[in-house]
Amino acid sequence: MSPPPAAHTAGAAEPISATSTLAGSTCESAVVVEHLSKHFGDRVAYQDVSFEVGVGEVFGFLGPNGAGKTTTVRTLGTLITPSSGSATVAGIPLSPRNGPAIRSRISMMPESPGLYLRLTVLENLQCFAGLYTLDDVRRRIDRALGAVNLEDRAHDLCGSLSKGLRQRVALARALLNDPAVLFLDEPTSGLDPVATREVHELIASLRERGVTIFLTTHRLEEAERLCHRVAILNTTLRLIGRPDELREQLFRRSVEVRLRAPLSDPKSVLGALPEIEGWEPTPSGYTLTVTDPDLAAPALARALVGAGADILSIAESHHSLEDVYLELISEDVEAKSR
Amino acid sequence: MSASWRRVDAIVRKELRDYRRNRFVLGTMAAMPVLFITLPMIQLIAANATRNTAHLGLRIGLSLLYMLVIPVTMPSVLSAYSVVGEREQGTLEPVLTTPIRREEFLIAKALAAFVPTVVIAYAVFGVFLAAGALFAHPVIASAIYAGPHVLVQLLFTPLLAGWAIWVGIAVSTRSTDVRVAQQLSVLGSFPPLIIVALMSLNVIAESTALAIGLAATLLAFDLLGWRVVATMFDRERLVTGRGG
Ligand SMILES: Nc1ncnc2c1ncn2[C@@H]1O[C@H](COP(=O)(O)OP(=O)(O)O)[C@@H](O)[C@H]1O
Ligand SMILES: [Mg+2]
Repeated sequence: MSPPPAAHTAGAAEPISATSTLAGSTCESAVVVEHLSKHFGDRVAYQDVSFEVGVGEVFGFLGPNGAGKTTTVRTLGTLITPSSGSATVAGIPLSPRNGPAIRSRISMMPESPGLYLRLTVLENLQCFAGLYTLDDVRRRIDRALGAVNLEDRAHDLCGSLSKGLRQRVALARALLNDPAVLFLDEPTSGLDPVATREVHELIASLRERGVTIFLTTHRLEEAERLCHRVAILNTTLRLIGRPDELREQLFRRSVEVRLRAPLSDPKSVLGALPEIEGWEPTPSGYTLTVTDPDLAAPALARALVGAGADILSIAESHHSLEDVYLELISEDVEAKSR
Repeated sequence: MSASWRRVDAIVRKELRDYRRNRFVLGTMAAMPVLFITLPMIQLIAANATRNTAHLGLRIGLSLLYMLVIPVTMPSVLSAYSVVGEREQGTLEPVLTTPIRREEFLIAKALAAFVPTVVIAYAVFGVFLAAGALFAHPVIASAIYAGPHVLVQLLFTPLLAGWAIWVGIAVSTRSTDVRVAQQLSVLGSFPPLIIVALMSLNVIAESTALAIGLAATLLAFDLLGWRVVATMFDRERLVTGRGG
């Protein structure tokens, strides 16, 4: 069974998702997921997952290995039947009967590229153009190859291509049918840094063109860099929002003060300021939890000077999304080990 | 619900291209006709030498039976490879995420194994008939055409192939290892050939009516096999590769 979500993060998911969903855009949503769950026997792959992806949005699905990302993507791609809950993909309700209709409007790039290695790049794409029953095959293939900068590799056997190039062919294949939603499952896993950067650039250019992308990754910087919004999944959905919102949501803003000597009565100085919600001593001063650093810092400086303290520095401390992520994941580890 | 022949065509074309560049498949396609034309020819030459009428029927029956091994083994090897092989290469998931319906997928896989098999098996039989007409003693040549021999060969080649294909696909939807799938499906493909063997070797008296009756029964089993395989085809199981 999956661990119950930590109270404060689960609570936090709601307000953020409400503000960051494209306002009043139900008909504009490329994907709507409501309370979706999937169990394999008594093993839970993911549970009670709800979110929306707007048209033209790049939506990141971030989580550690085994979080349920691939299973979610396969469910939305109609390969796996959910155990409960409902979803709408590309405007079509998810149901076994609607499988072919949904699949014709989306495309998916699975974790491994899955190319026919004894066929050329062109032959692979021709096969899939046939499977999508596309018209104007030649032009579409040229365009897809152009989008991933592989025009000159059309006649290479896929078996002769490097991992990074294969990934680009798989991306071209996924672009053939101009999908309403493009699902990319860990598009850079196993690639070297150069190939990873190339794939990132391609995704960024698709984002520019307004392609709706659902991207799963276990790599934080990838989600932060490419996505308009990020959902953090670990069996259940932990947080959802813009990368900058997530940072703020999980970590209250804080201010670091360094003093020449500790305050003799910190409570009377720090406790008297309404902008300061709490404090903790550090070796050289205090870490203060504040509502707004821009208001707190000047008031704090005046109060400290008034109390006769020698201020060495006052600085706002920044948290990266990485901190947010690690915090969430470590909570899960604790929850699971209980 | 209409099948899209374009999708079927896309898979069949892909499959035939893949065979042509697959050494194992090419080897099987080349070795089987060579083996199963050589064995009948040896029988033919032996029959030519003795001209003993008692053994003549047996030798002709055996020759024809050898040639029917082609439509039993070749498609089961090809079709067992076709699903498990795709899963091993990771190509099954991308195909199943296209709008393809399971009927289209299965028909395409079946055709890709059926067409080359029937072409090769008929060609081998044609070579045998030509050799019989050109080089064998007239007694032998006429023995080949006696009774329902030719009819049996023409009817049972596609019917046995059909059975072997469904067995091969059925096995490979459940299996995760190409070798195991191929061996199991070759095994599962043989039973109908045993019935044909009893008839060809005159254990049960061969007659046109019996041949047609058996062919009709096998056809019924082929159609049933198609329904069974279609219901066994489960995207989720195929993609996740575990019992679902
Ligand atoms: N077919 C299956 N049968 C049983 N458990 C499965 C199956 N597929 C996935 N799982 C389990 O579901 C969980 C989520 O897997 P997955 O979606 O692949 O995670 P991710 O893609 O985030 O790494 C894992 O614990 C995995 O072992
Ligand atoms: Mg995964």
